[in-house]
Amino acid sequence: MRRLLFILPLLTLALMAGFFAWSLTSGRDPASIGSVVVGRPAPKLDLPALRPGEPPLTDADLRTGKPVIVNFFASWCTPCLAEHPLFTRLREREGATIVGIAWKNKRDDALPWLKRLGDPFKLAGLDLDGKTGLDWGLSGVPETYLIDGTGIVRRHYRGPITERDLNETILPFLKGAVK
Amino acid sequence: MIGARRLFFMFLSPLGERLGEGVRRPLTLPLPLAGERSLKALCCVLLLLFTLPALAVEPSEILPDPALETRAREIGRALRCVVCQNQSIDDSSAEVARDMRRAVRERLTAGDSDGDVFAYMVARYGDYVLLKPPFKAGTLILWLGAPFLLLVAGAALLLAARRRRHTPIAAPKPLDEEERRRLDALLKG
Repeated sequence: MRRLLFILPLLTLALMAGFFAWSLTSGRDPASIGSVVVGRPAPKLDLPALRPGEPPLTDADLRTGKPVIVNFFASWCTPCLAEHPLFTRLREREGATIVGIAWKNKRDDALPWLKRLGDPFKLAGLDLDGKTGLDWGLSGVPETYLIDGTGIVRRHYRGPITERDLNETILPFLKGAVK
Repeated sequence: MIGARRLFFMFLSPLGERLGEGVRRPLTLPLPLAGERSLKALCCVLLLLFTLPALAVEPSEILPDPALETRAREIGRALRCVVCQNQSIDDSSAEVARDMRRAVRERLTAGDSDGDVFAYMVARYGDYVLLKPPFKAGTLILWLGAPFLLLVAGAALLLAARRRRHTPIAAPKPLDEEERRRLDALLKG
């Protein structure tokens, strides 16, 4: 019994060291807030079109039998600027269907921004008051959702997508390899 | 209100001393006797006492119905801002927090109960959005860990105390011949 008491501090230390090692190596992000939409049907989509003269966006646009990428962006958002070339590449090289949603962004700001950087969006919507963002569990821009042909959300990226995301998940997803 | 007492001594005590022309007496009411200057000071102190933490809730968001607004504030304080993660949505000025405050008020105005509003938020942002985590299998350690440890520690203490009480204290050995001689020598000095 007494000997056990002497080992106790060491045991505690070992336990903590183990936890810290796991925290450092497992890739766990304690600041991640997770996402409840993944694995569920895509939330409601009912938005006016960003580009003048186009029909409004509806749920049917996300259930076409083909994978869809939904990207919330804003012209005032710097990380959006950083990820933009990746969407251009996805559209041009992979022929991906990308739906862009301007979040809390005036049409007069979002349209020139797209004109300047290139517009990779097959469909573009306008979520001026952020209500659709709330339904989608958005925490800010940019955020990107991968939606499969049946309308189920498969991935939710908070923050800009990266080259690595593109190679590891988005491209395999477009080829139907990611469930 | 930890600061109230301290503020009183910081601001009011010196004033009280200055009042009586060299006579040290505390600030006494009624106020008109205390002079205009100290009245101003008192007002300042009172204002300081009644300051509230700055809320991010903007005047345009506030509901006309005070009862609903009170409920909205209570809910708002219990919902976590998903951007500034240790702030409630009432404290956060993030865009999303503002949207969430507005959604809370919309739901309440539509006749939702408080529980409905929380469910509405959890459906969109998960349990993460609750500043007070729910009691369920995944949070058992969080809720019961500390009380459990306290129980274990208490039980260990109790056991140790009981064991000590039951161990008889052995009577000291009587002195032998040699020791007695040394003691006598010491006592004689």
